[in-house]
This record gives sequence, C-alpha cells and structure tokens, in this order.
Amino acid sequence: MKSAAPVGALALIAALGAFAALAQIAEADRKSGSAFMSAQTQQMQHDDGTNPGMLSALDGESLWKTKTGGADKSCADCHGEAQTSMKGVAARFPAFNEASQTPIDLQGRINLCRQDQQKDTPLAPESRDLLALSTFIGLQSRGMPTAPPDDQRLTPFRERGRALWSQRMGQLNFSCAQCHEDNWGKHLGSAPIPQAHANAYPIYRLEWQGMGSLQRRLRNCMSGVRAQAFPYGAQEFIELELYLAQRARGMPVETPGVRP
Amino acid sequence: MRALVAALAMTAGAPMAPHAQVAPLAIVGDTIPQPLTGEMGDPTRGRAIVVDRQKGLCLLCHVGPFPDQRFQGDMAPDLAGVGARWSSAQLRLRIVDGSRLNPETIMPSYYRIEGLNRVAPAFKDAPILNAQQVEDVVAFLKTLQDPSANPMSNP
Ligand code: HEC
Ligand code: HEC
Repeated sequence: MKSAAPVGALALIAALGAFAALAQIAEADRKSGSAFMSAQTQQMQHDDGTNPGMLSALDGESLWKTKTGGADKSCADCHGEAQTSMKGVAARFPAFNEASQTPIDLQGRINLCRQDQQKDTPLAPESRDLLALSTFIGLQSRGMPTAPPDDQRLTPFRERGRALWSQRMGQLNFSCAQCHEDNWGKHLGSAPIPQAHANAYPIYRLEWQGMGSLQRRLRNCMSGVRAQAFPYGAQEFIELELYLAQRARGMPVETPGVRP
Repeated sequence: MRALVAALAMTAGAPMAPHAQVAPLAIVGDTIPQPLTGEMGDPTRGRAIVVDRQKGLCLLCHVGPFPDQRFQGDMAPDLAGVGARWSSAQLRLRIVDGSRLNPETIMPSYYRIEGLNRVAPAFKDAPILNAQQVEDVVAFLKTLQDPSANPMSNP
C-alpha cells in the first residue's frame, strides 16, 4: 500500500464529517411535507370540502363547547371563542409548563386543562377526542408562522431533542437526520422522504384511514428502523417536538394536513 | 475511494468477539475471504432475499436489474454490475458490515449485533440476515455482471 493512502483517507473522513455537520437544511430550501405529495393529495388537503381532517376539527369544535368532568365546565366556559382565544396557540407549542417545570406539547396542555380545570380523566393518546380537540385548536393557527417561544428554560430540552435527532437507532441503525437532512427528496422504496417539518399535525393519513398525532408519526419512523419506539407522552418525544418546532420556525401551520 | 477502503480496513483487522448469533469474522483488507457457512450460497434464494422488503430491504435504497420490482429506492448505488466490480470476498464484507469501510454509511450492517442503540425487542440480539442468508445474497450479487443491465436507471 502507498504510504499516502491513509492521509488521503483521513482527509476524506474529515470532509465527510464536515459535510454531515453542514447538512442542516438552509432556510431557503425548507419545504413543507405537503410539497412532497402528489397533486391529488395536495388538492385534498387544500380544499376544506375534501380534507377529511376537517371532520375531526368539527368534532373538536363541538367538544370545545361540551361541559364535562366533576367541574361540569367546557373549554369554552374558560376560554370563550376558540377563533380568538386559541389563535396562534398551536404555533407556539411545545411550551414550558410552570407547574411541572418541564415542557409540554399541545396534547399535554389539553389534558392538563381536562384534569385540573374540568376535573375529568385525561384523554388517551390517539383517542378520537384528543385528536379532535388538538386538530380544532391547531386549525385556529392555520396560516400563521410556527413560532417556538424564546424561553431559555426550554433550551436544555431542545438540545436533548437535537441530540436524539442525530443519534443512530434501531437494528437498521439510522438517525432521523440521515433520512430527513441528508436524504430528503430521495425515495425510500416508493415513499419520498420529506424534511420532517411538523407544521401540519394532527394529520389525516390515507394509509391509516384516520387521524394521527405527530407522536404517532414519530413512532412509525422509529419502528421503521426497527428501534423500540418511545411510549406516547415520553419526555423524549416532547424534546424531539421542541427541536422540530425550532427547525420549522416561521413555516406556516397547515393543520389539518393530509398525508398518503 | 480504493485508498479509503484499504486504509480503513487496516484498523478493522481484529476479529469480532464471539457471540451466540454472530460468528467471529476474519476481515482481511476490505474483504472477508472465508464464507460464513460451510454451505455454498444459493443465488436463487439470494435474489428472493434481496427483493424482499422485510428481509433484505435492499430495494428500499438501491435500484438494480429487477424489471419485475416496482418502487426501487434511489438512496444508494445501482446494483447492476456489482458482481463485476467486487469479488465475493469484498461483497461479503459490504453486506456483513459496510460501516467498517465507511463509518458514515447509511447501509445497515446485515451481520452485526454490537454497537446498536434501542433495537426493538423483536429484533434484538439477532443480525438482520443470518450467515447462510448473507452467503445467498453474496452468491446472487456475484451473478450481477452487467453494469448496463438496469432498465430502471437512466442512461
Ligand atoms: C429510514 C428513513 C427515516 C428515518 C430514519 C426517520 N424517518 Fe421520518 N419519515 C420518513 C419517511 C419516508 C416519511 C414520510 C412518510 C411516509 O410516506 O411514510 C417520514 C415522515 C416524517 C415526519 C412527517 C413529515 C410530514 O410532513 O408529515 C416527521 C415529523 C418525521 N418523519 C420525523 C422523524 C424523526 C424525528 C425521526 C427520528 C426519530 C425520523 N423521522 C426518522 C423516513 C424516515
Ligand atoms: C438504507 C440504505 C441501504 C440498504 C437498505 C442497503 N444498502 Fe447497499 N448501500 C447503500 C449505500 C448508501 C451504499 C454506498 C456505499 C456507502 O455508503 O458506503 C451501498 C453500497 C452497497 C454495495 C457496494 C456497491 C458498489 O457498487 O460499490 C453493495 C454490493 C450493496 N450496497 C448491496 C446491498 C444489498 C445486497 C442490500 C440488501 C441485503 C443492501 N445493499 C441494502 C445503502 C443501502
């Protein structure tokens, strides 16, 4: 072997490392997940008459006004018209929760109100009602820019989310970043790989024939690489969500999204 | 590229620790010269593994000369002609553990169980392919001699 080879190889490795570090998607190149869909599916999302997620939002609207729990109060009893009080709220979540001193996502916030204010049992993850309420609240931010709060207390959690994002996992040994930063726009089998912006959740997914939360999507990605998915509500998911919100800062909310 | 492969292989000479599911490997340069099993690889079985989206998963990332297969990925090199580009011994290491040649690779290590993180219980402590399946895949890849054989890739 020529003695120069290892030096060249090291330089190449260093170059690869630098490339990996630079791979973060530039602001001008950011694309919503809907940009990777067929024209037909885009149309379905954009037309409220055909977007199946709107049915969930309607459900949510009636739940918003329904009195429930030991307190016999509805969301509207405290918050009034969601069209005004909930405008921009979904765009800011996850946010820091004083009581627990941890970040919570929108679904976590809804369940806190349910327990503390309405004196009711929390809604189960992926339950029809929890998806409906979060879709309805998400809809009140549609078109508004994703606006993660500038709250220093979130920083360590967001940083852990960023670390998780670049950590290889599962039997197939992939990180989120390897698919969504290094290979977005390419195809995994038939599926175009999106950039993983979480600005349209909850979504109606044709494959699920139903609504699903962002955490359901993340669990799918994790089981896809044969990793043990975090349980619903896990702190790790909130941390990933914080990092995803940061990556999507400024991108318009599209809730409810439609996905193939 | 050859230099990179050779240089990295120098650091990867030590055999892996023995394990119930994965036999120790004898890596020489960028190759594993010895077959992992006593039974000859079977190219027909190998093809079935390569096109199977649960077993080999190869076409999730690779295109190849498989006119009957829809939805081939575009994340990895064309498999057409790999049998002419690489020897069986080279192909074997690339399937077993390509990360020894390129630590940044996205190609899964098909015959490795160490150094993985959060593997789902159903897949824990077993390699993606067993030793015989690796040999079958290598035997099949060796039959892919024609680099222009891929009807799916653009000229
Ligand atoms: C092996 C590739 C791969 C890995 C690894 C992966 N994903 Fe995905 N991800 C996809 C694909 C493909 C889709 C598109 C959904 C589909 O069509 O199945 C997707 C969709 C998504 C979406 C939804 C985007 C939208 O617009 O609806 C998010 C968010 C996401 N991934 C986040 C993650 C996170 C976080 C991780 C790591 C925990 C991760 N992904 C790991 C391939 C991957
Ligand atoms: C998740 C993606 C992925 C999967 C799945 C995958 N590969 Fe690969 N493969 C790659 C990439 C990327 C390369 C390029 C080399 C590198 O990254 O170091 C590669 C390289 C190769 C090479 C060397 C090709 C050349 O011309 O240099 C062979 C042979 C190969 N793969 C065969 C297979 C077989 C057979 C399977 C299934 C048993 C498979 N691969 C599964 C991503 C993948």
